[in-house]
Amino acid sequence: MGYFAVKGGADAIENSLALLDFYRLKEATSPLEINQIVSQLRIAVGKIMSEGSLYSPEYAAIAIKQAEGDLLEAAFIVRAFRTTLERRFVSETLNTREMFVRRKISASFREIPGGQILGPSMDYSQRILDVKKAIETKENMEDLLKTFENKIDKENLAAISFHDKVIDILNKDGLIQKADKKEDRRLMDITREAIRFPAPRSARLQMMTRSETGALMSMGYSSMRGFGSVHPTVGELRYGMVPVRIKDPRGRIRYIGSVEVTEAEMITETKKTNDAGVALFSIGYGLCFGQNDTKVICMGILDTTLRNPDPSLPANDQEFVLYHSEGIEAMGFTNHLKLPHYVTFQSSLNNVREAVERNK
Amino acid sequence: MKHNSENWLLKVEGLTKIYGTANANSIEKTGPLFDSNICPETNAIVACADINFELFPGEVLGIVGESGSGKSTIVKMLYFDMEHADGTVLFNKAPYIGKNILKESNQSKRAIRNHLMGMVYQNPRDGLNFKFTSGGNIAEKLIMAGNYHVGTIRDKATNLLEKTEVPVLRLDDLPAHFSGGMQQRVQISKAIANHPPLLFLDEVTTGLDVSVQAKVLDLIRELQQELGIAMIVVSHDLSVIRMLTDRTLVMKNGRIVEQGLTDQILQDPQHPYTQLLVSSIL
Amino acid sequence: MIEENKFATHYRFAFIDEATKREIRRKLLKAIAIPGYQVPYSSPEMPIARGWGTGGLHVTLAIIGPKDIFKIIDQGSDASVNACNLRNFVHTMTGVETTLDTNKATIIQTRHRITEEVLNKNQIFVYQVPQPEPLRSVERYENKTRQMHGEADYAKMWVSLYEQYVRHGDIMLGAGYPVKVNGRYIMAPSPIPRWDIPNLNNSEAIHLFGAGREKRLYAVPPYTKVEPLEFEDVKFHIEDFKGIPCFRTGYKKAFLDELYYDDGSKHYVINDSNFLDKLANKETPIQHENAYLNKLDHEA
Repeated sequence: MGYFAVKGGADAIENSLALLDFYRLKEATSPLEINQIVSQLRIAVGKIMSEGSLYSPEYAAIAIKQAEGDLLEAAFIVRAFRTTLERRFVSETLNTREMFVRRKISASFREIPGGQILGPSMDYSQRILDVKKAIETKENMEDLLKTFENKIDKENLAAISFHDKVIDILNKDGLIQKADKKEDRRLMDITREAIRFPAPRSARLQMMTRSETGALMSMGYSSMRGFGSVHPTVGELRYGMVPVRIKDPRGRIRYIGSVEVTEAEMITETKKTNDAGVALFSIGYGLCFGQNDTKVICMGILDTTLRNPDPSLPANDQEFVLYHSEGIEAMGFTNHLKLPHYVTFQSSLNNVREAVERNK
Repeated sequence: MKHNSENWLLKVEGLTKIYGTANANSIEKTGPLFDSNICPETNAIVACADINFELFPGEVLGIVGESGSGKSTIVKMLYFDMEHADGTVLFNKAPYIGKNILKESNQSKRAIRNHLMGMVYQNPRDGLNFKFTSGGNIAEKLIMAGNYHVGTIRDKATNLLEKTEVPVLRLDDLPAHFSGGMQQRVQISKAIANHPPLLFLDEVTTGLDVSVQAKVLDLIRELQQELGIAMIVVSHDLSVIRMLTDRTLVMKNGRIVEQGLTDQILQDPQHPYTQLLVSSIL
Repeated sequence: MIEENKFATHYRFAFIDEATKREIRRKLLKAIAIPGYQVPYSSPEMPIARGWGTGGLHVTLAIIGPKDIFKIIDQGSDASVNACNLRNFVHTMTGVETTLDTNKATIIQTRHRITEEVLNKNQIFVYQVPQPEPLRSVERYENKTRQMHGEADYAKMWVSLYEQYVRHGDIMLGAGYPVKVNGRYIMAPSPIPRWDIPNLNNSEAIHLFGAGREKRLYAVPPYTKVEPLEFEDVKFHIEDFKGIPCFRTGYKKAFLDELYYDDGSKHYVINDSNFLDKLANKETPIQHENAYLNKLDHEA
């Protein structure tokens, strides 16, 4: 009959779950190791930490393996797991000026304090499919690492240095707009409180840092392409490890580890003037776990557009951008159409049949 | 009608609207004597200030002036279309007697608009919802006034369309497809649907073809005579004022420079600006 | 790296942490105190996808106790795949007894139907809600709909009903017909068929609504007035199956499913699986009674 006989329902589910494992493993030569995913799929792991809203490369890797590489599913799994965890502390504010920099670039100036550090990035490579990766052996791997190590002169390591940010320079010169006094500065926690609109900036940034990268990207793109009003420049983009500290029960500040983050500060010209009538620069901010230039750049663009509501521009519409870039909710709801809707449909059927009757 | 000074319908005192940050001198240093609305010290814009007048039941009051005079601002404030309006507005209708309606809650303001006021905007898109039929637009006003009987709603809407000379066949059509003049008529129908004692008309014929203007103005005059509604008519056009109004306020740079009977103002203007306006009628 | 015992799975009773349970309960009390009003809540993620019942689960897991008896249906059926999945989850997380018997259950979670069998004052009915905002179809912004509810400004909703009548000759809303609760708030009853709407009115049970994805909770307390929106002369009516009997029991007064068989034949059967089973077993479950049902001219 249908798939809804009582025993049928439970059995069907059991078989479906079994098939999942079967399809995942039937052609596997050996099980994927979690540390292989953590180390060799670093970007995917970072994306799942960011969208799953949980900093743990290992749990992210497990989710990626469990979901067979479906990154929407993997982020969902991590988010659901996060709900079960207890929150014991709130960290001290992170200072990304303390970042151990792996990559630091600026498009606004040719030279910046500390130099333009390219770091590990696909930006400077050609995207030619490297078929040699298919036959990479353990020896190849060790050779590559050895060659790289030999490039480092262990006797002449530079001291670790910290540098002013580009926006610090602009700020010192009084070129950056101060925050609007009327701006809502509440520090909200979106995992504890439902968002209502208009939302304070803290809520907007929190939502965006967990957004699905592709959705955020399409909004940012629309803003640049003519459906938008901003012309941003990358003031500074940084990727590296930032120390995290907490206050212990005795009030002492303790270092508990570092997190891998990417940060962008986008500089935009605006029409808003200061008291002297001068239009200053505005900064759009982006920050997320993992290495993800696209996400933080788009976050920065949207941070600015969302501060300038404009009913004709989708990327300037808080409710539109924030509701619809939330990946877990979007994926759930779009897919819920697969659930049976025959009762709801029966109701509509009734209406349409009666309308046809009336028109006879 | 004899105006006993106490039987006013609407009494406005000290109505003021300033954009930006004002200081103590903002009002003193703007106005017709300065030929400017902009405060020289803070750059605040004084859209209107110290507006005082009364409106009597069944009376038609005109407000005339050029762009920037503040005439539209006054009406927007009275219809609660504007935030941060200062001053006192007394409306002699229960249950608001003695209360400054500018300070009432949003719910009260909504009730006042639904039951006691009507508004016709210059642009029909401001007064009509183009996603609803013309009947639906009128229905909105009737429903907000407490009518929940579709048959009665449609009868009343049909009557109103007849009164405003819109073909009743257009009851179920979308106003987006109507001519400008017809859209204005639908707006007027909607505005009077709940028999309000007070109707605002903000530049309602500006932008229409001249022949259409004349017809709409005739209509408004007939309706006013038939229904005895008190009206405030805003226009930059003295001929509209002459045709419709009993009394007039002349505005410049956010202040009233002259007020009085319309006939007298047109025949014997006192203030130099009024004289300028009158002499400029083509 | 990761040691084995780091992943020993041990979940607390009802999965959700105690602080969140407390928040949900407080918000539910607020919802009951203001019938039909949507109360925002934190809505943490669950291992079930958004749009698949997280809101209903939040409510159930926040209120369920070890002595409760739990039933869950989807589109009227206990056997529906998603109902099975959620039943397993609740049972695994609480150890609570589950049942298919409407009358035995103390908490019933539902997706888009109210049971045919009448609910009593010992029962709590929990709805999974996809879209808690009844005004969303006429106003897309949360900012504005919140204001509209606050000021009881429902004109746009009423005009859209008028327009449907004008265009189609009747109000064309099917499942999820908007209702006015306690004479004040317009509420989305979740996409239940019109058939079920009258059973919300003056019910003996507590009705709780959870919209997880949209993060809102609302409620209809017992003995509350719930009225479908209608004009004085264009009235609400329930679906009419024109006296077609259920092909398994011959019963004519329940909401029916339309089924198409491989040979192309069409059959109608009672949608509520437990009600169907009881009737097929010659039991006599007591059905919800309401004026609309009585108006249907067909003997049972």
